[in-house]
Amino acid sequence: MSAEVMGYRGPTGFTAPQYAICLKGIVWREALRFLHQRERFVAALVRPLVWLFIFAAGFRQVLGFSIIPPYDTYILYEVYITPGLMLLIQLFNGMQSSLSMVYDREMGNMRTLLVSPLPRWFLLSSKLIAGMAVSLPQVYTFLAIAWFWDIEPPWIGYIAALPALILSGLMLGALGMLVSSVSKQLENFAGAMNFVIFPMFFASSALYPLWRVREGSPWLYYVCELNPFTHAVELVRFALYGRINWISLAVVGGCTALFMVGAILAYDPSRGLLARRGEP
Amino acid sequence: MHAMTAIHPSTLAIEGVSHRYGARQALIDVTFSVAPSTFTVLLGLNGAGKSTLFSLTTRLYAIQQGRIRIFGHDVARASSEALRMIGVVFQPRTLDLDLSVTQNLIYHAALHGIGKQQARARADDVLNRVGLSERANDKVRNLSGGQMRQVEIARALLHEPRLLLLDEPTVGLDIKSRAGILGHVRRMVQEGVSVLWATHLIDEVMQEDHVVVLHQGRVLTHGTAAHIIAAADARDIRSAFIRLTQTMEAGHESS
Repeated sequence: MSAEVMGYRGPTGFTAPQYAICLKGIVWREALRFLHQRERFVAALVRPLVWLFIFAAGFRQVLGFSIIPPYDTYILYEVYITPGLMLLIQLFNGMQSSLSMVYDREMGNMRTLLVSPLPRWFLLSSKLIAGMAVSLPQVYTFLAIAWFWDIEPPWIGYIAALPALILSGLMLGALGMLVSSVSKQLENFAGAMNFVIFPMFFASSALYPLWRVREGSPWLYYVCELNPFTHAVELVRFALYGRINWISLAVVGGCTALFMVGAILAYDPSRGLLARRGEP
Repeated sequence: MHAMTAIHPSTLAIEGVSHRYGARQALIDVTFSVAPSTFTVLLGLNGAGKSTLFSLTTRLYAIQQGRIRIFGHDVARASSEALRMIGVVFQPRTLDLDLSVTQNLIYHAALHGIGKQQARARADDVLNRVGLSERANDKVRNLSGGQMRQVEIARALLHEPRLLLLDEPTVGLDIKSRAGILGHVRRMVQEGVSVLWATHLIDEVMQEDHVVVLHQGRVLTHGTAAHIIAAADARDIRSAFIRLTQTMEAGHESS
């Protein structure tokens, strides 16, 4: 025994299949948790559908549009706000994931993840991918319901939107993760919802085209232009019609990287905010 | 303990570790080691610094000063190698209440890169060892506090670690559950696992145990319980502990 212990140092490094198993396990757990929270799924769908069925119907006559890319013709207001509502699902989902991270931290579950021997950046990235993956069926279920409401993008759009949704889901998830690292308690998170979700959603092109915003308030127009949520909406809007908005792609890609690095640093034991506060 | 440590490298070596949260000094120059196949008790009152030491050892916090090695792997520099050698049971419950016992174990296995099939086989084995095979498919929410702890211990053993760290694992449990968990962990030591058991419950210490007395962030003494009792000229480990902590506090007041 002693001789064995003396020489025993254990295995080193991880193989690619082991990384894949870890990622799969984290996604599987997130999916299981989601399935156990049926009310979360219902809420995720009801929210955008209320906007679509009620808000859009009410505003249909109020807002008039000129023809703007990617649309080739005049469109109904419902059609215009659909990409924004898809992103609203992802925005809430990202915040919900970070809410669960705050909860996990308070309840201790987060420790299980963080003491895994795999690199922490990989664990957090996997958690991010898991959160994004959970958002996709929600968005497509919404699109399926919207189809019956005469929102019928070309079939290719449903496929082309997928990579855009993956990227925007990652960006919003990373933002949520960053928020969760600075939000110490659940109460503070509610504040973060008010300070993150609502400003991001309303100061964007989700509900109204930016040229209309500029007519009303030039400075707000610039705020909307700088809002990464605007670019996520536009990325998905263009993708839904089989086109690529390159500027939006660059902004969403850049913001995803930035937020992810920020979140990973925040959860880094040596530099992170959590370590400074004395909690995992 | 010292003689043994000199001959064989420690499973866990903590060397000159200090840690502070802002102005508050939580650990001061903590040094001790856990020898292979021993049951080592980290004994200290609430707030002594036990949980901080666990957080440093498991790399939840970065080590500010000093060094921690697990089977020779530096936790700061080779954390992956170090972390895969340990199983941890934290003081707060860390199970997913809405998932089943097996699902919790499979998730933990995945975090160690162990696939589902192998994880299921190991889960059967570890649940059998803690006597919870029949509850494998039950939701964790429906288990008692003692059973949840047993599941956490089973989970900590799933990746076959050589060192088990348990932070106040019996707090809040009834006498029967406490005895069951303690007995089970002690049996694992006979199977070759080294254990660091943090507690403030002095009655969990046995004469042959290795004991590290931690008080206000400092190690007051370490050695076998029998050695500590003799050195403090006390009747039992409880009186030795009281004598040691009072001596330290008296020393602080006089200085």
